[in-house]
Amino acid sequence: MENIQTSRRDFLKTTGLTSFGLALGISAFSKDAVVKKLNPAILKLEINPFIIIDTAGNITIVNPRPDMGQGSTQAVPSLLAEELEVRLDQVKIIQSDGKDKYGSQTSGGSSSVRSLWEPIRKAGAAAKEMLTESAAKRWNVPVAECFAKDGTIVHKPSGKSLTYGELADDASKLEIPKNPKLKDPKDFKILGKYNKRLDVPERVTGKAVYGIDVDIPGMVYASILHSPAIHGKIISIDDTETKKVKGVLKVVKTERTMPHRTSEAVAVIGTNYWAALKGRKALQVKWDNADYEKTLSTEKYFAETYEAAKKQGINYEEKGDFDAKYSSAVKKLESHYETPFLAHAPIEPENAVVHVKDDGTIEIWAPVQGPDWALRDVCAYMKVAPEKVKINVTLLGGAFGRKAYHDFLLEACHLSKELKKPVKVVWTREDDISQGPYRPGMLSHMQGFVQDGKIAGYHHHAIGESILGQVFKGLKPDEADPWLSEEISTSNNKYIFDVASKISYTHVKTDIPIVWWRSVYASNFGWGQECFIDELAHLAEKDPVKARLEIIKDERFRKVLETLAEKAAWGEKLAEGQGKGIAVFKSFDSISATCVTVTKKGNGVKIDKVISIIDCGYYVNPDNVKAQTEGNIVMGITAATKDGITFTNGVCDQSNFHQYNIMRLNEMPEIEIHIVDSGSSPGGVGEPGLPPIAPALGNAIFAATGKRMRKLPFDINNLNG
Amino acid sequence: MAIYNLTVNSKKVKVDVEDDMPLLWVVRDVVGLKGTKFGCGMALCGACTVHLDGQPARSCQTPISSVGKNAKITTIEGIGDVKLHAIQQAWIEEQVPQCGYCQSGQIMSAVALLKTNANPNDQDIDAAMSGNLCRCGTYDRIRKAIHRAAEAIKVEEKGIGKR
Repeated sequence: MENIQTSRRDFLKTTGLTSFGLALGISAFSKDAVVKKLNPAILKLEINPFIIIDTAGNITIVNPRPDMGQGSTQAVPSLLAEELEVRLDQVKIIQSDGKDKYGSQTSGGSSSVRSLWEPIRKAGAAAKEMLTESAAKRWNVPVAECFAKDGTIVHKPSGKSLTYGELADDASKLEIPKNPKLKDPKDFKILGKYNKRLDVPERVTGKAVYGIDVDIPGMVYASILHSPAIHGKIISIDDTETKKVKGVLKVVKTERTMPHRTSEAVAVIGTNYWAALKGRKALQVKWDNADYEKTLSTEKYFAETYEAAKKQGINYEEKGDFDAKYSSAVKKLESHYETPFLAHAPIEPENAVVHVKDDGTIEIWAPVQGPDWALRDVCAYMKVAPEKVKINVTLLGGAFGRKAYHDFLLEACHLSKELKKPVKVVWTREDDISQGPYRPGMLSHMQGFVQDGKIAGYHHHAIGESILGQVFKGLKPDEADPWLSEEISTSNNKYIFDVASKISYTHVKTDIPIVWWRSVYASNFGWGQECFIDELAHLAEKDPVKARLEIIKDERFRKVLETLAEKAAWGEKLAEGQGKGIAVFKSFDSISATCVTVTKKGNGVKIDKVISIIDCGYYVNPDNVKAQTEGNIVMGITAATKDGITFTNGVCDQSNFHQYNIMRLNEMPEIEIHIVDSGSSPGGVGEPGLPPIAPALGNAIFAATGKRMRKLPFDINNLNG
Repeated sequence: MAIYNLTVNSKKVKVDVEDDMPLLWVVRDVVGLKGTKFGCGMALCGACTVHLDGQPARSCQTPISSVGKNAKITTIEGIGDVKLHAIQQAWIEEQVPQCGYCQSGQIMSAVALLKTNANPNDQDIDAAMSGNLCRCGTYDRIRKAIHRAAEAIKVEEKGIGKR
């Protein structure tokens, strides 16, 4: 959003105009008063929901995907700009507000570019055709003699031109073409090219506005004490000490609404955040934790998953009679691979500013991944119609799935209604880490066998809580969770097992709140799948790259694996104590493969190098593809070697970064990233780099030390620990 | 409550706050400079890093009463207000930020490093920068950007020397 302000300032400098702020709908929290002045002489015309051109020639494009660091502020507008024939530095970008006319608006599932690749380009192309037609009419010349360039329509024979602003009025009266012609990729000027992200300068000068930075007049601050056992009920509140804190205005009983349950909580309201926080720390609240001291336990949960592994799951797919073939197989293996619960821990904690106004309308400023979902949740919770709610999406200081779960936003709605004031809720790091929602911990029960020197049988039994079940529509008792099953299916991993294969699932429930986390189940099951394939390769006495290529026909997978082998100098002699491991995983329509090199060091290993390959089909900016893949390497190593989330006696054992460590700069290995240009339909970029990291590391550790790691996380400095 | 006369980014500011209010919240909510970020409240993540008399400090664990009367406080808004600092320029060249939320703190730590060490090697960078967490995982680019900025400063100083 900040590049709007940059371009606005630049524009003001060059033209002296002070008029287009409000016409663009820049939200009210902008610090610049100029924004509120509107020159009525300038007409704002919406060519289609995503393109607004005013008669002074200012072009605004609407980005329907919030930016949490994945680069959507550049990526999505680039799709429009390419077809509209404007440069990104010529346009202002604003975020959509959740309303239906913008369609799906949630940044999640690495979906922005892959789902908008065609529709948003069509919006740009349609507007370009309308502007071109308007110019042709004005000049009374054939449309074919006119072309669009950098925000103008040019008449080729005469060289005369009109700006989009001069044509906007005429264009807005035309029918929107249904099938506008899209550019041939070979003519792309922006897409697929290196371009600096225009929002970077704001992010290095402290000017970028995140949710936590929003201040509105009359606002009070809230810090909320949640039940340590997540779902406990309040027995008593003693706020004697709290009320002594200067700046504390009020203590109110409130609630935290999660998709599967609503919990009681206590909010301390202050004139400033520090007062609210200090007051909250001084609260004495007694909680009735009911059975949660027993049921909120990761030990109990994992014990149940291992029990479930002894039984049959619900089949998602089966080829051949796996059980019969497995029991008669001679060379076979069985393993269990475990992944922990994880917190997202974006460095910007959860926060929201909400103003429930006297007239019943609600205005929101919040770092949410999806304004459309946020709108739906707020309307349902507050029992209001969508037209009564205005959502201003701010930048997100990281999210990774967390900020698509709106408990913190609904808390602010509840408090603002109660207090009849704008309220800013800010979670602490402790709230963020110890309250969830989390990536669910999962177990992979793996079975497989080798026949004639080739991996020929494979069973992945996925066990654990279902996001679809807990957060979304629920799961039937006889249903194999389709989201996670698809992720581990042979139609996704493309392995062909000649004799038999089976994908099954067992639902183990928990009251620990869960939600998707970067790359969702792929982050769990990449570990079991790719380490076990490595185990089977060794059982077959085959090189892990060769063993995989023997059972994959898919050309894109093969190309990714072959590129990895080449870039990683696979098969070349290693130094003493060194080992290399590989893994490949497809998620969100992109294939990523990784080679990790480690060296033995004491009882542990040191990561020397990580090479990742990604085939994400068409992409917007190669540098951003690399940046996201770098981020996935760091998050993947963190998930494998730092802390998991555990619950003991109903309470989360981790509270801040001293117990929930994330990787630091001094631990950064050498990295290398290569993009395979397959020219396929666009796949995801924000997540697919993560799933192969942990298994490639596990396989490298086996290669270097002979030790097979099966449970995440582990201490990389002490593998016996 | 007590009155504190502070110097923030070379400007005199008078604030009336509780003695134990951390500098972070004074800077953000009282002075109104939002570039300094809240991340953990325990000096574990570095998002709140500012300079106190040129030294990097975690403002979330610095009560205002411990800040000396004549102390100079510099925030992210104060290091490149006229012309971008070489570190900020390098951050743009290397396209370091993803979400950018931790980058104010990263940049404050990096600026402090270059002040005392014009030619840091990788070990120096490790030592100076490992207190700043980045969840997006921009560490590799941070390292490259610091080396780039150090080079740029050297080139600039050479140029000035010639003149």
